[in-house]
Amino acid sequence: MNMGDLSVHLKTAVVGVAAATALALAGCGSKDEAIKIGHAGPLTGPVAHLGKDNENGVRLALDEANAAGVSIGGKKATFSMQSEDDQADPKQGPIVAQKLVDAKVAGVIGHLNSGTTIPASKIYHDAGLAQISPSATNVTYTHQGFKTAFRVMANDAQQGKVLGDYAVHKLGAKNIAIIDDRSAYGQGLADEFEKAAKAAGGQIVTREFTGTDKTDFNAILTSIKGKNADLIFYGGMDSQAGPMMKQIKNLGISSKFLTGDGGQTAEFLKLAGDAAEGAYASSPGVPLDKMPGGKAFAEKYKGKFKIEIQLYAPYAYDATNVLLEAMKKADSTDPAKYLPILAGITFQGVTGNIAFDENGDIKGGSISLYQAKGGKWEYLDTVGG
Amino acid sequence: MAIFLQQILNGLVLGSVYALVALGYTMVYGILGLINFAHGEVVMVGALVSLSVIELLLGANLGIPAPLVGVMALVIAIGVCMTLGFSIERVAYRPLRRAPRLAPLITAIGVSILLQTVAMLIWGRRYHTVPALIPPTPHTFAGATITNVQILIILVSALIMAGLMGLVHFTRLGRAMRATAENPVVAGLMGVNINRIISATFVIGSALAAVAGVLVSSNYGIAHYYMGFVLGLKAFTAAVLGGIGNLPGAMLGGLLLGLIESLGAGYVGDLTGGFLGSHYQDVFAFLVLITVLVFRPTGLLGERVSERA
Amino acid sequence: MRAGARAMLHRLRQDPRARWAGLALIVVALTVLPFALEASVGRTWVRIIDLALLYTMLALGLNIVVGFAGLLDLGYIAFYAVGAYAYALLASPHFGVHLPWWLLLPMGAVLAAFFGVVLGAPTLRLRGDYLAIVTLGFGEIIRIFLNNLNAPINITNGPQGVNLIDPITIEGMSFAKTNTLLGISFPGTHLHYYLFVLLAMLVMFVCIRLQDSRIGRAWVAIREDEIAAQAMGINTRNIKLLAFAMGATFGGVAGGLFSSLQGFVSPESFVVWESITVLCMVVLGGMGHVAGVVLGALMLATLPELLRHTAAPLQQQLLGKVILDPESLRMLLFGLALILVMLLRPAGLWPSPTRRRELTSARAPGTL
Repeated sequence: MNMGDLSVHLKTAVVGVAAATALALAGCGSKDEAIKIGHAGPLTGPVAHLGKDNENGVRLALDEANAAGVSIGGKKATFSMQSEDDQADPKQGPIVAQKLVDAKVAGVIGHLNSGTTIPASKIYHDAGLAQISPSATNVTYTHQGFKTAFRVMANDAQQGKVLGDYAVHKLGAKNIAIIDDRSAYGQGLADEFEKAAKAAGGQIVTREFTGTDKTDFNAILTSIKGKNADLIFYGGMDSQAGPMMKQIKNLGISSKFLTGDGGQTAEFLKLAGDAAEGAYASSPGVPLDKMPGGKAFAEKYKGKFKIEIQLYAPYAYDATNVLLEAMKKADSTDPAKYLPILAGITFQGVTGNIAFDENGDIKGGSISLYQAKGGKWEYLDTVGG
Repeated sequence: MAIFLQQILNGLVLGSVYALVALGYTMVYGILGLINFAHGEVVMVGALVSLSVIELLLGANLGIPAPLVGVMALVIAIGVCMTLGFSIERVAYRPLRRAPRLAPLITAIGVSILLQTVAMLIWGRRYHTVPALIPPTPHTFAGATITNVQILIILVSALIMAGLMGLVHFTRLGRAMRATAENPVVAGLMGVNINRIISATFVIGSALAAVAGVLVSSNYGIAHYYMGFVLGLKAFTAAVLGGIGNLPGAMLGGLLLGLIESLGAGYVGDLTGGFLGSHYQDVFAFLVLITVLVFRPTGLLGERVSERA
Repeated sequence: MRAGARAMLHRLRQDPRARWAGLALIVVALTVLPFALEASVGRTWVRIIDLALLYTMLALGLNIVVGFAGLLDLGYIAFYAVGAYAYALLASPHFGVHLPWWLLLPMGAVLAAFFGVVLGAPTLRLRGDYLAIVTLGFGEIIRIFLNNLNAPINITNGPQGVNLIDPITIEGMSFAKTNTLLGISFPGTHLHYYLFVLLAMLVMFVCIRLQDSRIGRAWVAIREDEIAAQAMGINTRNIKLLAFAMGATFGGVAGGLFSSLQGFVSPESFVVWESITVLCMVVLGGMGHVAGVVLGALMLATLPELLRHTAAPLQQQLLGKVILDPESLRMLLFGLALILVMLLRPAGLWPSPTRRRELTSARAPGTL
């Protein structure tokens, strides 16, 4: 070790001290009496628009609660949100979960993807903190035996079943091609769809696969064209489903197109453009305008955030409200006290009636079906619930 | 048969884009021995800049016919990308010409991250829809369909490749580029301004990247800040497949890669009875590459890189 | 003054008691660190350090391949994946097999070494950047297979990943829970920290010894001039394969530890970008220099998290609002850091003294 190395050591030490100071300063910054509600979701990356959407839903609910003046434990409660970015990365999920636990939040709304929600749920469970996911639909999330894990929308098993049934019985599909995007969500949904479609008497002519980073689907679509499927089911997100519709039309494929809640978005309609016409998609719950509070919610959202609801904001809104309701009923923000109340609660939200079964899944989750017509999603039907 | 023809067409369209981007990689590698990781990001910038120009011009309602808007957007995108390529070379690569070989690779990665983040800040994280300036009317023949835009892609790529070959083999600049690629020191002694030639190489490569970006975003109708990364990797694979440093190699590699991906995704499922299928489509390309390299370690058409001690 | 300080430092370093005191100081600091962190900035930082230590092991492993032997590997994360999945599949409800960790970690290491040889074998004739793309291809192939081997037989459970992986248990003490030992309560994160620190130091020790061994010198010879090395009688084929295998071993062990720490693995954690990040750690830190690589790994693994924790509050306090969200700022600074560090110190932040002499004394053309 010579002088040069020493100077590097010194530099490193200085950087370290500066960093630690900055950290300490930052930590000192926020010491207020508000009850913190945590939100975790992807605020950057390909699905950042959906993560932000969830965050907006939580923020709206908390702002309303603050305005309405809620009192818990005899004191007036002010709520604040601590929102963390998990980048839809399974490694970041537990890290932000730990951060929220350390910050002593009273409850967590999150995460968005199943891939992050599942590993994070372990952290929340170990800390005894309630976690309500507004959008993770993977079945495993609530089947780990965690009494802290809840979700407010129907899971993939329920959705896949409804879709499979619908495809064969209502859309009259006999030969079905299935594509999934090889993500935890897409594959899970596609597998459930396949099971249900087969049970309903449909024939699966082929299973094709793509990826969440792909934009070219011509090869697999051409292959499907050669197999004469009358329906194509896609398990995946709008960012792929949109361009896929375009390519389906360009290749002259006349099969019907069905997808799940990942594609039932305004983004899908924009990305597919004219090619979206006639596509079918499902979404858990009932359409916003069919709920008494739905239209009002959409207007409130637009008024506050100046953009359209992307996808799951109503669920994030409801999840927050049901959490607050449990706290109000238990008259405490201590998870040990309000968790049992949360498990047995019945709450009327904008997305429907919320009550949880013994796993933490929503009871009687309904699934609605839509068709893209004239640049809009037209409501068709609701199954279950 | 119609399906097979369609898959071939799909592969050619895909491959033409890969070839265009691969040319940029291979030119830079031939002269500098550097994997320009940031090249994929230049493609992305080209696509997003042209999108912004199109949106601006269409939004301003000046009554300019759509194809002209497209051309203007393309020209501006090329200009921006050429400047970007020039700046990247000057700022990030030139100072490292004598550094250990991995240093410019890391800088390139840094530039790539920087460009992605800046693009994310400017254009947001959403997937943007690219308005179709040329109506994508599909033409059918022999049971296969191809749209206007796709025909344009194949034609434009072919023209550009021909033009580039002409540039490299029949002009003074081209001769200087080939000389620099062969041996920069001796070329310098012969009166070639090495720095200018290297800059020119980057600039030309970036122009090609811009064209590729515009074509890709028009074809699929979307553009977003992350679109360059995977495309860049694929194009680099194509360049290596054909023989890095080798212009015809990049073109061949690109087209081959497109065809392999297309035919692989389309047929391997059936050929292996569903055991392997389109979920392994990325793997086929790599497997072919590895096999080729095992038997021909310098790529299909051999490599042409400068002499390095 | 400087000469005086230097002389004093020199004397201190020679003095055995001072060296032992210094060592003891470091040991105490390392032991107390998790508690200090938890008390000051929260347990989440202990978790971040845990992951940083895993990255350190990865960087040290890649350093053997890239730094010692000069083989540009862009697919190193595949070995991490192999180790992680080997552990996950054999210690979870997935197959119903629950082997103990002290069996699984060595098994993962051996399996990873095997893959290292398998992946290295076709690349022996390849030069520099061809090697890069082929290793990248291999990394992707492994990830894609892990993502898709859920049909017709479910081996890896596909994109769903493997869940409920057994935590490490020593003497009935599970690392997933908080345990009390000698009256002090040790949360799981702290227990993992101690294990990781010990293993990281072991890996460092092995690397330093390797560096000074015949094999290490053979690697340097191959890195500098392969043809000359062959002429000197070095069996380049075996030495290269050994580099891949040894590097892979550390990746495999780190992977197993990752599985047990997270309790959940999925193919999403093993993308190309991870390989690139580990490579950046090695090159940024000082390729070929064990201490430098450790520095690079710790820095690149913790500074982004530091930014994430401080960027928003700092902007809030200084400017009144958040202009750049922490994530964008993080990526911006990461990119800038890579560029600036390479421009200013192309040999890395802390290159080995030999390296620095090489680079500053003569203009060595064309060496790695």
